[in-house]
Amino acid sequence: MGVAADSQFHVLAVDDSIIDRKLIERLLKTSSFQVTTVDSGSKALEFLGLHEDDEINTNQPSVSPNINQEVEVNLIITDYCMPGMTGYDLLKKVKKSSSFKDIPVVIMSSENVPSRISRCLEEGAEEFFLKPVRLSDVNKLKPHMMKTKIKETDHHQFNQENEKHQEQNELEIGEAESQQESNGNKRKSMEDEALTRQNKTQIQWWPYCRFD
Amino acid sequence: MASIAQLQKQFIEYTTTLYSEGYLNDQFKQLQKLQDESDPNFLVGLVSVFLEDSEKLIKILETAFKQKTVDYEQVSLHVHRFKGGSSSIGAQRVTSVCVSFMNYCKEKNLDGCLWCLQQANHECILVRNKFEVLFRLEQQILKAGGSIPMME
Repeated sequence: MGVAADSQFHVLAVDDSIIDRKLIERLLKTSSFQVTTVDSGSKALEFLGLHEDDEINTNQPSVSPNINQEVEVNLIITDYCMPGMTGYDLLKKVKKSSSFKDIPVVIMSSENVPSRISRCLEEGAEEFFLKPVRLSDVNKLKPHMMKTKIKETDHHQFNQENEKHQEQNELEIGEAESQQESNGNKRKSMEDEALTRQNKTQIQWWPYCRFD
Repeated sequence: MASIAQLQKQFIEYTTTLYSEGYLNDQFKQLQKLQDESDPNFLVGLVSVFLEDSEKLIKILETAFKQKTVDYEQVSLHVHRFKGGSSSIGAQRVTSVCVSFMNYCKEKNLDGCLWCLQQANHECILVRNKFEVLFRLEQQILKAGGSIPMME
């Protein structure tokens, strides 16, 4: 299986305000993104194919998110203040999910509350936009979506190579141990790379945040 | 019959007063820039949705304040929504009233809240009339074959 062709990025926008939904949709479409809007956190989870009560599935073999999701979502942008499930609750659920934790999440809020902002960023949000959201804010989204695409590419390649090695293990016991060792080393270096990228993402939020 | 140039001048003058009198702010300018050939009715559509939503919210708030015990938490949620919508449109005077409204809600000040509700209703009617004139001017320009001037 090769890398998916660089088709349009798909953004899932979540906001209980119909005006803000229309506005964010327009901003995203102007930036040539595919958009789906929903009016609540629970509808967002439904769209992703994640049930509200889903816990981290530790026994699940590592597969690409593309296989589990019903529709591929490259970024979630959500309002913070929503009745029922807040944007913060949605962020936590997405980040706790094994299938969707790598989807970048951006929070929007009409209130400039520093503790709220840091709480969201600590929980894994890539950006925090103050409303009303502008085109200049939306222009900051593409890099986050591209980083995920790169991660997915590496993940694909890693899975392919891993499968190949596992087949060899079954056939030849003698070579099994040395193969597993090299697998282990490979896995470690891949994880290190992924961690570095994650660190870079978290550090880079500083210039993107609006605190005025 | 006014010429295109005259209509455009009218449009610019009218828009300028809307900004100087505080009816609209920079957010509205941003929205005008978003409108293009692919979605020429975006702004009119968004404004209609805002005005409809505002009408609904005002009715909900009127009912809420008629209750024996006013649920200020619920009321705050509605005012917050009202404030958000007006801010997203750039209807500055409505937003300002909503800010005061939120404060009165926090204080559970019924008189303050009722006054703000009245003001919010009044400002919505005013800005609705302004939008109607603005969009009519736009239509006249387009009908005459001209283009709508960009406000900087």
